[in-house]
Parts: sequence; structure tokens; C-alpha cells
Amino acid sequence: MSTLVLLTVTGLGLGALYFLVASGLSLVFGLADVLNFAHGLFLSVGAYAAWWATGRSGGTTVSGLAVALAFGAAAGTAAAVAVERIMIRPLYGRPAHQILATVGLSLAGVAAVQAAWGTDARSFRQPASTRNVWHIAGAAVPANRLVLIACAGIVLAALAALLRYSRFGLVVRAGVHDREMVTALGIDVRTSFTLVFALAGAAAGLAGGLGGIYFGAVSPDQGSALLIFAIIVVVVGGLGSITGTAVAAAAIGLFQQYVNYYALGLGDVCVIAVLAAVLLARRERVAGRVLA
Amino acid sequence: MNRVSRVVPAAAILLAVALPYCALTLPGVFDSPFNSAGTLQTLTLCLIFAGLATGYDLLFGRTGMLSFGHALFFATGTYLTTILVTRAGWSLWAAAPVAILSAGALAAAVGAIALRTTGVAFAMVTLAFAQAGAIAISRNPGGVTGGSDGLSLDPARVPAALVGVANTVNLYWLALAYLVLVMAVVGRVLASPGGRVLTAIRDNEPRVRVLGVDTRYHKLAVFVLAAILAAGGGVVYAVAVGGASPRAASTDLTLSLLIMVVLGGTGTRWGPVLGAVVYVYLDQRLTDLASGATTADLPDWVRRIAGQPLLLLGTGFILLVYLAPGGLSRIRHRATRA
Repeated sequence: MSTLVLLTVTGLGLGALYFLVASGLSLVFGLADVLNFAHGLFLSVGAYAAWWATGRSGGTTVSGLAVALAFGAAAGTAAAVAVERIMIRPLYGRPAHQILATVGLSLAGVAAVQAAWGTDARSFRQPASTRNVWHIAGAAVPANRLVLIACAGIVLAALAALLRYSRFGLVVRAGVHDREMVTALGIDVRTSFTLVFALAGAAAGLAGGLGGIYFGAVSPDQGSALLIFAIIVVVVGGLGSITGTAVAAAAIGLFQQYVNYYALGLGDVCVIAVLAAVLLARRERVAGRVLA
Repeated sequence: MNRVSRVVPAAAILLAVALPYCALTLPGVFDSPFNSAGTLQTLTLCLIFAGLATGYDLLFGRTGMLSFGHALFFATGTYLTTILVTRAGWSLWAAAPVAILSAGALAAAVGAIALRTTGVAFAMVTLAFAQAGAIAISRNPGGVTGGSDGLSLDPARVPAALVGVANTVNLYWLALAYLVLVMAVVGRVLASPGGRVLTAIRDNEPRVRVLGVDTRYHKLAVFVLAAILAAGGGVVYAVAVGGASPRAASTDLTLSLLIMVVLGGTGTRWGPVLGAVVYVYLDQRLTDLASGATTADLPDWVRRIAGQPLLLLGTGFILLVYLAPGGLSRIRHRATRA
């Protein structure tokens, strides 16, 4: 029983990371039709920014950690806005070139991180209160897993409210559904692209810092490793849907942890089997019009 | 025009075959003469990747299928050959066809699932499958793949003519034969009626479907063929470098193939070859520059940047996407037209 609780909390913690990466990817792809391969780079930027900030602030207090995470999210936002303005904007309407440019950026970005901070993982300092364990239903649960779940929950609620109640959210939802129609109504969807990229970068940057406390370290290849699972979450959860992404992220995080524990570490490979099963069951037309 | 298009490839092949007999040194380009082992090793890698890039372009440039899973089939060829030879004690001649056919069967299964999607989703799904392969290899199931250390090819079971520094020239010719074979197969396929369907799928798939052609069948067939060509390259690579390493299965390998193809020019005969040669050459030279003794007096930051060839190659690639979208092989065309 206590094992099951631990697995569940850890799986949800991992799912929280997947959600933070996948939600931005899904929104950007749903609205702007951009498969952003450099999305993992936003995560790495956030991770190293948060790691740098913990070195400055000490990072061993809760407030220091909060500042570091906020700084990571801000750095991810800045990177995402810069990439959208400088690289993506000239290439709208040319999806193949967007993919190529972001592929080049993801390779060069990881290499730049390695040139600056080396290929080895850097240990991420965190306060005693997140390293401690909490006792829930007889299980000793690391507190940082709960921090991850709480952060992802807040981001989910904030994104859902923003999409539901603001004018910006209305344009985004309509744009994901049928961009030509929205444009025909005289609304320039492209002005929303920068804001969507900023949100995606903030979530990914936050995921970078949180990944630091989840894995206990930051490393140059973390971004691309998480990006691949985030892509699976996006395909399974449906593009452009925040709640779909959240459900898929939690399900895949949990599934991965359970299978890893009960089936000798086969969880990562089994996630791909889930993806295959979903694709086979769903018949054609995967992910709607944007891919047609 | 027709005569030129026949004479140029023949002349290029003859020149490439004869190159190891040349004792010239190109100062600045290669440190040692063409017939030295070091230069031939670099050229061998160039030729293998030229073949791989040509096979990848059959998918990407000719049929318009953006697969991010090509490394899976290259790794299947490399690893299965190495495992069958080293662990199971097979001869290379028995292991190679089994490895190549297994990659074809794997591609048929992966393709059947991935081709339920199109466009960017196809890219995502093939990426996920390739990642499963990379994870499986790094997990080292049953101690068979050697995990992150990789696995070396047992030299006792490989023909003696393909082992040792003195025989680097034979590896060079083997790689050249592989490249010529791939180019011949790709050329043959494209000239056939089925090849015209592939071009039509790239240009306008819905229209081809309206004409009553089963596009999924054609795409699956070309996916399997490209996988078989990649696995063949994997076999040659395993022999040339003497084993398999996890890098062979990484997404970075597929991405570098994509860069080579775009660098040289997609959908052209010589573009992928040119792109691969430039890419592999720069990759090798920059790594040498970072670790070489002659450059010990360079500032630390220069060495660190040169030690990450992907930083310069990736940046150069981004600039190319914006400035010369047709690739290197079309720059001359653009210049003469302007």
C-alpha cells in the first residue's frame, strides 16, 4: 500500500513535469501550427537560470528556491519571446522551414550549454524542507514531488482560466479551432502568437527549475529527453487542448512509474506502446485539422 | 545534357576509387596525404554518411515524409550485426543480411502504425519509436548491447582484409561501394513508375489519392526501402569503426542526417552527398581542433566552442535555412539566375 502511494505521488510529479512542457508545446502547435523543436531549449534555459540563481541566493531557503524558480520561468519566457520574434516570425506559413530552423536551434542550443557549463550534470541545491519526506498513508513521500504537483496544478488552473475568461483566451481557443475563420472576422491571430510563446516559455522554464529539484541536478540533455515524452503526451492528449494535455500527462507519468516498478524498468518503452495503441485505436485523422 | 549526366557520375566514381593511390597533401584541408590511414578514415565516414543521407533524402526530399526515426534502422543494422558477430559468434556474412532484413521488418511494423498520421504528427510518432529504441539500447537488456559503453565487433570473425589500420583503404572502398549502391537504388526507384508516384505524393498527396492511387502503400514501401538502405549503412559503419555505440540510435543522428540533406539540397542527386561530406568533415576537423596539440595555445573559450561542433554546425545550418533555403548545391543556380 505504501509503495503504491509513493509510486502514485512520484508518477504524478513526473506527470506534472510532462504537463508543464507539453502544455506550451500543445498551445503553440494548436494555434500557430509550429512544431517547436527548440521547446526543450526553453526548459534548459530555465533549468540553468534557476541553478545559477540558487548559487547566488543560497537556494537553501524556501524563499530562495521560489525566487530561483521564478527567475528560471522568467528566463524561459525571455528565450521563447526572442525565438518567436527573431526566428519563427519570418517563417510563418512555411512549416518545413520552421521545423528545420528550430532543429538547428535545439542542436546548437544544447551544444552552447555544454560549451558553457560542461557536459556533466550540476547538482541542484534545495532547502531542507523540500528534501524532507512527508508521511502520507504510511508512505514516506519526498516533499519536492508535492511541490511539483502543486505548481503544475496552479499553472493548469491559471491557463484554463486565462483561456476561458479573457479576450486573449477567446481568440486563442477560436484560433486553434479554425484560424482562417477568426482571421476572416478581422482579428489578427498573429498578435497572439508572441503571447502564446511567452506562456509556453514560462511553463517550460518553470519545468526546468522544477526538474532540477525532481532529479536533484540539471544537465544539458534534460530538455531534449523531457521534450520527447512531452511530444507523446501532446499526441495522446490532443493538440491545443489544455485539459486533454493535463489528463494525458498524469496518465503517462503514472503508467510509466507503475510499469517501471512492477515490470523491471520497462516503463519508458511501454509508454511508446501506449502511443502506438492510441494511434491504432483512434483511426486516421490524428490530432485534427492542423495536421490534415 | 544527357551525355554529361552519364559521364559525370562515372568520372566521379573513378576519381573516388583512385583517390587512395594519391600521395598528395592538401595543406590546410587534411594534415596528412590522401593515402594515409587518418585521412582515409575521415573519407570513409564521409562516404557512409553520404549514403545514409541519400537514403534519408529518398524519404524527405523525394517523397516529402519527415521522419525523425531514421536512426532506429541505422542502429538496428549496426547493433544487430555487432551482437550476432560478437555475442552469438556468427560470421559477418551471415549477420549482415539478417540485420538488414530485420531492420526492414521493423520498419514495416513501425511504418504501418506511424503512417496512420501525416505531416508533423508523423514526425512526432517516428521520433517516439526511435526514442524507444535508444532507451532499449541504453538499458542494456541481458547485458547484450553493452549499455552506454557500446559493443565492439569481434575482429576474429571479420574478414582479415577489413581489420586493422593497414587495411583502412579496403574500408574506404567498402564505404564507396555502399554509397554507389545506394545512389543506384535511389536512382532506379525514382526512374520507375512508382518513383513518379512518390514525387506526386510529395507535391500533392490528396490529388494522388483522388486519382485512385493507394498513397499509404507507396509511403510504406519507400519507408521500408529507406530503412533497409540505412541498415546497410549501419553494417558498413559497424565494420568501419569496429563496433556499435549508443550514439548510433540517438535522435541527434537523425537530426544530423536532416541537416546534411538540407545543407546540400533536398531532392537532388548530389545535394545529400555534398551535405554529408561537408558536415562530417567539419565535425571531425572541429573536434580535432579542440583536442589537437597544435592548438594548445588557443584561448580556452575557442577550444570549448570548437569542442562542440554542433554549436557551429547548428548555427551555420540556421543561417542557411534563412539565407539559402535550397541548399549548397542550388546556390550556383540562384547566383546565375540573379
